[in-house]
Amino acid sequence: MDEKPSKSLLYLDGVSVSFDGFKALNSLSFVVDPGELRAIIGPNGAGKTTMMDIITGKTRPDTGQVFFNGDIDLTKRDEAEIAQLGIGRKFQKPTVFESHTVWDNIELALNRNRGVFSTLFYRLSPTDKARIEEILETVRMTARKDDLAANLSHGQKQWLEIGMLLAQEPKLLLVDEPVAGMTDAETAETAILLKEIAKTRSVVVVEHDMGFIRDLGVKVTCLAEGSVLAEGSIDFVSNDPKVIENYLGR
Amino acid sequence: MIAQMLFSRHEKKTVWAIGLILLVAALVPLSNLLIPDGNFLHVPDHLVPLLGKYLCYALLALALDLVWGYCGILSLGHGAFFALGGYAMGMYLMRQIGDRGVYANPLLPDFMVFLNWNELPWYWYGFNHFAFAALMVFLVPGILAFVFGWFAFRSRVTGVYLSIITQAMTYALLLAFFRNEMGFGGNNGLTDFKEILGYNVQASGTRATLFAATAIALALALLLSSAIVRSKYGKVLVGVRDAESRTRFLGYRVENMKLFIFTVSAMMAGVAGALYVPQVGIINPGEFAPANSIEVVIWTAVGGRGTLIGPIIGAVLVNFGKSIFTAAFPEFWLFALGALFVATTLFLPKGVVGTVQQYLARRQEQKKADAIEKAYQEKASAKPDAALATLEPQAAE
Repeated sequence: MDEKPSKSLLYLDGVSVSFDGFKALNSLSFVVDPGELRAIIGPNGAGKTTMMDIITGKTRPDTGQVFFNGDIDLTKRDEAEIAQLGIGRKFQKPTVFESHTVWDNIELALNRNRGVFSTLFYRLSPTDKARIEEILETVRMTARKDDLAANLSHGQKQWLEIGMLLAQEPKLLLVDEPVAGMTDAETAETAILLKEIAKTRSVVVVEHDMGFIRDLGVKVTCLAEGSVLAEGSIDFVSNDPKVIENYLGR
Repeated sequence: MIAQMLFSRHEKKTVWAIGLILLVAALVPLSNLLIPDGNFLHVPDHLVPLLGKYLCYALLALALDLVWGYCGILSLGHGAFFALGGYAMGMYLMRQIGDRGVYANPLLPDFMVFLNWNELPWYWYGFNHFAFAALMVFLVPGILAFVFGWFAFRSRVTGVYLSIITQAMTYALLLAFFRNEMGFGGNNGLTDFKEILGYNVQASGTRATLFAATAIALALALLLSSAIVRSKYGKVLVGVRDAESRTRFLGYRVENMKLFIFTVSAMMAGVAGALYVPQVGIINPGEFAPANSIEVVIWTAVGGRGTLIGPIIGAVLVNFGKSIFTAAFPEFWLFALGALFVATTLFLPKGVVGTVQQYLARRQEQKKADAIEKAYQEKASAKPDAALATLEPQAAE
């Protein structure tokens, strides 16, 4: 416990997990600082999604330590508990509540008491209303607040999901391929939005789009075969011979 | 707080439906008791319990809609909760017979005397009191659903696997209740009831009252269900139905969400069963038959799942059809029911009420579009340049 830097927000050490003999993560270690925006790249099957599953409690590691906010052991908690601790997750495929309106989607995501009875007797307070309006404004959805989420375009669903994560008020946001399937203009806007969000919390972005990562201009971690291959600025990482061989050169 | 939750934010159609059900609760008994026989408006005696039976089924379908329509839990075992509620009421009615049974035993029901039992099994204690039996109508199905749901939802059993184990649950209960040693009358079940709360169950006044009670129970259940599904909790349920993992990663405990609605729904089904038994005069293990639970799913699908009102309409319509069909061509009913289900799935996937709602929503949208179009035309004829500005707010979306 002593060697662990106490200021880290997320701390993974020697995390391994295998499915039916296939090592999805092989002694993966990395640290995210509070307020940091970190990009993670890597070829398919490098373990990016498995890493997110471990952090959010969907998958348990075979060995290794995962600590959040210093000393909270994430390997002993389930998804709901981890979400309430302040880790938000955006899926690769936009996942919103399609039969609810945009407004209801944000309202459900709002960081309030989430028990059966507190939701049963919940009434929208003026504070909550103002908060929802503020988030809708941030993700530019105010004009569509009464529309069903099912009727949004792909890019809008991505943005709505980011809005839901903001409503959750996480300390750490995990974002899986946010710009997949977006137009160039939407991609550029998303980079701006993520940088804005990272001002108040840590964000980890998994992405394939090198242009987008360059736009973000942050520290990059390259994963391959379940462990860290290289870490540093985008120029440093993309010039690393191992990275070129494993990922970029393909 | 509870009153506020119950009586705020109902949809207009729900209020109308509740009003209509309460009107039926008053009119059918009044017409049966006050309007003389032979008059066109008179509801004959044999029809009152039949209509009451339809409303019990409607209540059962409404209960299923809460879990299936709003939370995506396709229970193929809701008939079990219905039957358990029915047995609880049946046990009370058996104890009311007293020494008027065939064997005139003041303590033991006939079937126990027949089996040479000497004393009442412990689980029959208390059922001579109506209040105790009424409590059991809620508790027995509720506790079974809670325990079953606790294990099933915690182990994250979902989809077709959950449906299969609910079906297995009702089948297991069917086999158990068939056994004479269980002490619930074996395959004959419980019947030959005499009185409920001191009133003759056969009397037309009692039957009219039972009908009214059923309709009022249905109206209350609809009010409660509507309050639940329109609360934030109800929205979370729909979230679980549509994107379970998203709900989980937002920090909701999906298993608790499911467990609560499953238990409430089972209690509602139990009440339906309890009201059913005095009106049909018998409860036997046949009510646990897996096919019964599947029929409930068909009523709900035909009426429109996830609409609350749909399952009520579906249950009444299908059972009305069943009454007519089984009288005219008894051997073809199951084919007709199967065909109805296939036809609903193919042509009315949202059910009767769902389709009507969709049609109305589309017409409203068309009206809105027409209004915009008209405004555009008018401006275009006056000032062509300004016309584009009319479309601007829509284009900005």
